[in-house]
Amino acid sequence: MTSRRFVLTFPPDATGEPITYNLIKKYDIMVNIVKADVSPGQIGHLVMEMTAPGKVLKEGMEYIRQQNVECEPIDKKIHYKKDLCIHCGACSAVCFPGALTMGRHTAELTFDAEKCVVCELCLKSCPLNLFSIDIG
Amino acid sequence: MSKKRSIEEINDKIRKGKAVVLTAEQVSAMGKEMTPGEVMSRVDVVTTATFGPMCSSGVFINFGHSSPPMRMERLTLNNVPAYGGIAAVDAYLGATETAMPHDTYGGAHVIEDLIAGKDVLLQATGKGTDCYPRTEIKTLVNKNSVNEFIMFNPRNAYQNYNVAVNSTTKIKFTYMGTLLPSFGNANFSTSGELSPLLNDPEMRTIGIGTRIFMGGTTGYVAWNGTQFNTGKPLNENGIPVGNAATLSLIGDAKLMSTRFIRAAYFEKYGVSMYVGIGIPIPVIDEDIASRVLIRNSQIETNIIDYGSGNFEVLGRIDYEKLFSGKITLKGKKIRTAPLSSVKVAREIADLLKKEVAEGRFILTEPVALFPKTTGLNKLEIRI
Repeated sequence: MTSRRFVLTFPPDATGEPITYNLIKKYDIMVNIVKADVSPGQIGHLVMEMTAPGKVLKEGMEYIRQQNVECEPIDKKIHYKKDLCIHCGACSAVCFPGALTMGRHTAELTFDAEKCVVCELCLKSCPLNLFSIDIG
Repeated sequence: MSKKRSIEEINDKIRKGKAVVLTAEQVSAMGKEMTPGEVMSRVDVVTTATFGPMCSSGVFINFGHSSPPMRMERLTLNNVPAYGGIAAVDAYLGATETAMPHDTYGGAHVIEDLIAGKDVLLQATGKGTDCYPRTEIKTLVNKNSVNEFIMFNPRNAYQNYNVAVNSTTKIKFTYMGTLLPSFGNANFSTSGELSPLLNDPEMRTIGIGTRIFMGGTTGYVAWNGTQFNTGKPLNENGIPVGNAATLSLIGDAKLMSTRFIRAAYFEKYGVSMYVGIGIPIPVIDEDIASRVLIRNSQIETNIIDYGSGNFEVLGRIDYEKLFSGKITLKGKKIRTAPLSSVKVAREIADLLKKEVAEGRFILTEPVALFPKTTGLNKLEIRI
């Protein structure tokens, strides 16, 4: 059995196919939803852990992609040059899992790597280019 | 009769180290318990600050003459074009300038490199004249090798600014940052109750010649900024709703610090520059005392749809809600994010407070005040 985390990105015109239901029923994949931000008519994100034999996981990923939903495994890490940060907050605007947040009173940016799903939106949003992908 | 105090009286106290100086945030916090009269009697100076992306910025440089001399007509610094259409070895480098449209390194990065003391590659050409025979040059320059390195920013310190959202189904990359589709976020860019022109909204103490903190050193207000607009509607607290007044600033870039001048690149928009500005406001009367008491909850701005292309106003919101991290728009909770750094603005306000309190920063009476009634002209397409 293999467990991996994935980010699923739903387009605004997603079909409404019950993807997680089918992953469980048809593929017998154990699904654990970590974070969900999905609304009809909008780009949605779902972070989930899938557990199954490696071959089945591949089939599950294939099925998800056939539904026009992006499915990216989270193997990478975001690297953040904190010492150069000006704490403007531009990255927090796009961080849907809430890994990058601004302190209400401190006005400081906090990066919680545990919550990061490596969607990479912060890379393009940081005006000082302080984020990069660490492939490990 | 209401109390008054002159800037000269305040300066006397500053010179003696007896002036009471607070930051605008500290004064705003007092506002819940104190009247303007009480603030007037207890506080002499309030320091305000902002540290945000300000595209309308740049530097004048005089490179010094080579031997034989040349009139630099076309020139670049680290391959970024600078404007040479002035005297022989003078140039203006704009913060947003880039060599190619999609470059992520531009004028602001050159300026930051120069402030950091780095060498920058200067390349120039000229037609060659009897008095300036040289036709091309390639050399390294830095802030110590050039004569003048003067930051002159035509439009800084916007009095207020829009909140940007995106109604479309596509992600938008703007000068207001990344805007997620379907109102996925709302971005704003002022330091709110700490912001200079929100603490003296009628600019009674800020005018031409006002001494300020600029990029880590002393600077001056040169003029009203471009797109200076006093015609914006005021809210019930006398604050213009949306982008209104601006300042044109000048200062010695040789003395600036990369802590307070930072180059920025906004995806698919281009290069900009974070400029750190601090302005001390003398509490000359109860009217100014009431203005510096302004709180984020009393400052409002417009929410604008940057996605649709017609910049529709979707509503009005106050900064307390914007700084809370979430606002409600069209029945939906939206994550908010600032682009202007309150953390660095606080650092500037604290630094300036210390400078004034310890007698090293003397306040100025404006040489002239700004126009009271200005609007904006549209650009008509006439051919």
